[in-house]
Amino acid sequence: MNLTPEDVDHVATLARLGITAEDRSRFAEQLSDVLEHFRALQALDTTGISPTAQVFNLHSVMRDDVARPSLPREQVLANAPRQEDGFFRVQAVLET
Amino acid sequence: MTGTHHAGTSPATDYEVVIGLEVHAQVVTESKMFCGCSSRYSGAPPNTLVCPVCLGMPGSLPVMNRTAVEATIITALALNCEIPEFSKFDRKNYNYPDLMKGYQISQFDLPFSQAGWLEFDDPANPGQMRRAGITRVHLEEDTATLKHVRDSSGETYSLMDVNRAGVPLMEIVGDPDLRTADEAGSYLRAVRQILRYLGVSTANMDEGAFRCDANVSLRPWGQAEYGAKVEVKNMNSFRSVVRAIEFEIVRQRDLLDAGGRIVQETRGWVDDRAITVTQRSKEAAHDYRYFPEPDLPPIITPEAEVERLRSLLPELPDAKRQRFADAYRMTSDIADTLTQTRALAEYFEQTVNLSGNARAAANWITRDVLRILGATGAEIDQILLTPAHLADLIKLLDTGTISGRTAPEVLEEAVSTGSMPREIVQQRGLGQVSDTDALTTAVADAIASNPKAVADYRAGKATAMGFLVGAVMKATRGKGNPGLVNELLKQQLDG
Ligand SMILES: [Zn+2]
Repeated sequence: MNLTPEDVDHVATLARLGITAEDRSRFAEQLSDVLEHFRALQALDTTGISPTAQVFNLHSVMRDDVARPSLPREQVLANAPRQEDGFFRVQAVLET
Repeated sequence: MTGTHHAGTSPATDYEVVIGLEVHAQVVTESKMFCGCSSRYSGAPPNTLVCPVCLGMPGSLPVMNRTAVEATIITALALNCEIPEFSKFDRKNYNYPDLMKGYQISQFDLPFSQAGWLEFDDPANPGQMRRAGITRVHLEEDTATLKHVRDSSGETYSLMDVNRAGVPLMEIVGDPDLRTADEAGSYLRAVRQILRYLGVSTANMDEGAFRCDANVSLRPWGQAEYGAKVEVKNMNSFRSVVRAIEFEIVRQRDLLDAGGRIVQETRGWVDDRAITVTQRSKEAAHDYRYFPEPDLPPIITPEAEVERLRSLLPELPDAKRQRFADAYRMTSDIADTLTQTRALAEYFEQTVNLSGNARAAANWITRDVLRILGATGAEIDQILLTPAHLADLIKLLDTGTISGRTAPEVLEEAVSTGSMPREIVQQRGLGQVSDTDALTTAVADAIASNPKAVADYRAGKATAMGFLVGAVMKATRGKGNPGLVNELLKQQLDG
């Protein structure tokens, strides 16, 4: 299974990643290898095994609806490249 | 422009309108969907209800809120949905600054519920109901809020507050069964009423606790396939939902009539210009790459649990309205008014239980209590006039202690002071005069000072009696027992 450079562009756009032409062919190759690995897994005989998205034998793990204290705001904003008046400051977002 | 169409009589250019609504409602909880931060974000300073889970920090793990899950299943049951035994959460991947994690935890192919229906008032046929399918009710997390800023130098940027991120958000997806903008409005009111009856959401649109997107498409009559669908967003009131859909129907019809083609896209409603504008065309359509949320185990809801939750359902608006009409022998209009909210219906039934007079309770509430609520903007459980007050007033009338003329005055005072009507009557001496001796004098005075009315009466003029009763009532400041006044007048005039 080979990913095309267009597939790589599409995935990069969805992930908001800017990539160079050089990256594009390199990633196409690497991502194709990843898919090849899954093709190997798909070859396994899974007859009689029900599909699952979980490897743990857990279900319905819930907590009671109780509020507890949150983080101090200095900690919340500690990693923010820019902040203003207690908000995260980010690039302009336009609904286009 | 949204009028009805009739197959067979339609020219080729006539279209069937197809509308489906997606409603998002915040679930009322103490804490957020997947962490213990408070979900009461309204009025909180920015970024003060935030923890590592809200921020999507590596190593943090979500744990689901049982109350939010139960509220979603209860809502689904009220909307006649099936509850599958197995369900799970998924990651909906997209990059937007209102998402800290780069994905929203939602439900994709195995939601908590599916295949339900809802009945709503048919706007084209008053008194009749229409039914629309409910595709599913599922649960997800709300996003952060963004404030767009332009500073004095003209630079634009956005300020993000993560407090709202992670608040439980229920999504009610309706089937494309609606055919007019008014039907959409009626459907939306029915959804809101049920959410409020259940107490699972405040469903206040102006606070953002209740949001609606509309999918609108047109197809030639008789065509089985749907036309290209346009998703309309940004409606901030019930009125704007109806107006946006009306606009969109006309826009699409005009475009098709002119030989154009409808593009599948997302459009935003611009309220002050009363138009929809393109937000996102199909080319940029979302590719969410859903996959099962690895941090949350699936949910198993056994039949016994579904039945336990079903047993928690209160009487719903339709059932209550029907029961009121039957049990209290009232018109469907009055029953409809009294069941608008669960609190009002309870107010009515408490008044009936305390007074034993359903008819009077219905009259006082639909006429006076609702007028007071309208004038003050208060909720029924916020006013000083409780069911006990109203029942007391009704009993004073039923026992003849006060007359119908005095009652409004007593009511007004009870509303403004919270005093019991019985006490108000005592303190202010408003009790009805049923004492024959006291009234005899007033009656004699009225006859003596109104010779013309007396002559009219004797000449057989029916209205003269009413005039004389009025004169006596005026003299007794409305306190005379009208029946007794009538009787005494007749005795003296005829005797
Ligand atoms: Zn949190």
